[in-house]
Amino acid sequence: MDTFVQQLVNGLTLGAVYAVVALGYTMVYGIIQLINFAHGEVVMIGAMVAFTVIPILAAGGLPPVLVVALGALCAVPVCMVVGYAMERFAYRPLRGAPRLAPLIVAIGVSIILQHLAMMIWSRNVLAFPQIIPLLTFEFAGATVTVVQLGILGVCAAMMAGLAWLVYRTRLGRAMRASAENPRVAALMGVDVDRIIATTFVIGAAMAAVAGVMFGTYYGVAQYTMGSILGLKAFSAAVLGGIGNVPGAMLGGIVLGVVEALGAGYIGDLTDLCRWGIGPAAHCADGGHFVLFGSNYQDVFAFVVLILVLVFRPSGLLGERVGERA
Amino acid sequence: MKNAKLALTVLAASLAAVGCGEKAEEKKKVAEVKKDAPPPPPPTIEIRIGHVAPLTGGIAHLGKDNENGVRLALEEANEAKIKIEGKEAKFVPVFEDDQADPKVGTTVAQKLVDAKVAGVVGHLNSGTSIPASAIYHQAGIPMISGSATNPKLTEQGFKNVFRVVGRDDQQGPAIASYLAATRKPKLVAVIDDATAYGEGIANEVEKTLKAANIKVLAREKGTDKTTDWKAVLTKLRGRNPDAVFYGGMDATGGPLLKQARELGMKAVFTFGDGACTDKMTELAGAAAEGMLCSQAGIPPQAADKKFLEAYKKKFNTDPILYAPFTYDAAKMIITAMQKADSADPAKYLPVLAKLEYTGATGRIAFDDKGDRKDAEMTIFTLKGGKLEPIAIVKGGQTIAYEEFVKGAAAPAAAAPAPAPAAEAKKEEAKK
Repeated sequence: MDTFVQQLVNGLTLGAVYAVVALGYTMVYGIIQLINFAHGEVVMIGAMVAFTVIPILAAGGLPPVLVVALGALCAVPVCMVVGYAMERFAYRPLRGAPRLAPLIVAIGVSIILQHLAMMIWSRNVLAFPQIIPLLTFEFAGATVTVVQLGILGVCAAMMAGLAWLVYRTRLGRAMRASAENPRVAALMGVDVDRIIATTFVIGAAMAAVAGVMFGTYYGVAQYTMGSILGLKAFSAAVLGGIGNVPGAMLGGIVLGVVEALGAGYIGDLTDLCRWGIGPAAHCADGGHFVLFGSNYQDVFAFVVLILVLVFRPSGLLGERVGERA
Repeated sequence: MKNAKLALTVLAASLAAVGCGEKAEEKKKVAEVKKDAPPPPPPTIEIRIGHVAPLTGGIAHLGKDNENGVRLALEEANEAKIKIEGKEAKFVPVFEDDQADPKVGTTVAQKLVDAKVAGVVGHLNSGTSIPASAIYHQAGIPMISGSATNPKLTEQGFKNVFRVVGRDDQQGPAIASYLAATRKPKLVAVIDDATAYGEGIANEVEKTLKAANIKVLAREKGTDKTTDWKAVLTKLRGRNPDAVFYGGMDATGGPLLKQARELGMKAVFTFGDGACTDKMTELAGAAAEGMLCSQAGIPPQAADKKFLEAYKKKFNTDPILYAPFTYDAAKMIITAMQKADSADPAKYLPVLAKLEYTGATGRIAFDDKGDRKDAEMTIFTLKGGKLEPIAIVKGGQTIAYEEFVKGAAAPAAAAPAPAPAAEAKKEEAKK
């Protein structure tokens, strides 16, 4: 039971980060039907900027939590600039082009950003500065760290803030209008290009925070870290229904939990000895013959992606797929 | 057509001229080397000994260290005025730089063969030693590496290839037997990163632990890119193992250790040399304290005192890492020549293969493959953010580090310097 609760807590933390990144995918898709594959790289750049800034700030003798928060604050504007530049110079010129063109450009942008980061921060695995002291709480048999609580709190706040922005402000209304029908929105006086750029910038800001949280949580950063994280967040967005803001949040959380539980139990469940069908040579005196180990952790996100695409292409909360094909 | 032929002829002629030029230059170099030597009373025999290591690039300091070991051995041999084939032997160093690059490694290997060296010490990296060994093999020249630990080097079936340092796959048994003997765990979890290195060392550890009647949990796996170990660790926490072994590199081992402590796991964490680096402190923070790990060979401070003094006197610095091993390798070649009374590789090679020698790193004898019998492995622990040697494992026996140092009569107050080994590994991984 303790193990189950702990896996759940781990999954929730991971899922909250996925959700925040997935929001970036889903918002952009909602408005211009583009899967911005470079979004994961923005997360990576956020982590890298914080990696560079945090040691400098920490030397100033500020309290650790404040240092990490300031690190994130430095990462946010950098990522916003990256997000804006990406939209302005790579995607806007292709606004009228067939949908395949910007998609391929997105992959190109992702590769460029990755290699730029490699040139700046080297190809090594970097040790993300760990300045927040290890403080743990016991909760229903699970051990929860301060960092985990912080991540859950920050993610919840960001998601709430975004929901407020999208559903309760003028800007949000303009975003929703542009998503529904950009031409009509333009006729109503909405500057659609500006709204699209704003969407990119907001998504990039959240990605920056996600990157800092990811680095703080796992203690490592590398120029390749964005690609798999981005793909998983994309899967989460599809799971929730791409283009749907609450869907991305739900999809992220569900995917995180599925991944944690899957990786935690797949080894036991595919231990052939447990089911009495393993080769005798391995199973003798409590031996094991594990078919799939926890190294298949990354597979779960993509199995979920395939299952969703096959059985419910509109996702858990999605309703608009196919509307504007 | 005629013109083309003419051009070809001219080209061939010029090529030949260039080739001759090179040869002439080489001869000049040899002549220079000869000139350096004081005119010894005849009759003398000149024996060239090769050494190759990276002398430029990121691990040049380690290459220089290896070279110094050989230099010291040759100079001592020259002073001793050894007689071979009835003549006084004069050992001439032929030292080359392979830049830790396998391609350059084979080029300089050929250069040494052309220079007619009688034996080679080196190379430093496994990545350069393995391809170069084929060239020495063709030429029938014995080579002894003092630092290449990849098993493949001696698995090629080359009778001329030896090493005086341990193999990577001897580390698993060493760290496992140390763990079993000193920490006496009842239940151990073994994790690997699904690479050839990680799986290999994890298998060896599991085998050794099981042979010591210690229960081992079902193998857990990650990949060489895993950053999220929480699922695996949470599962393991439920089984409450006394110790955990991870076969993998520091980039994944660091996060593993950090996340285990975050989950409140108290088990002893042990690693192979891939994660036996000072970077573990950075990657895992305070969680790295008290971890155990192993490296092939012995720290240079544990080498023979006489060697250490001679080295310090000659080079005005302490050996960094593998100098005691290259020193022994060179000495073994010389001793084998002495015993065979010949510097002809064909004649002294069989003697070398059977030689029993006691050098700066202890007793050395080779097995059938050319590996050192009972090679030492050093167990380190992380204390105050630094790796410290705590024990030497040799032939399944664990010797406390202090006792080993005393036994070797080496100076006791020696700061460990394990980091360069990791550097060398990394440099290799990059290639």
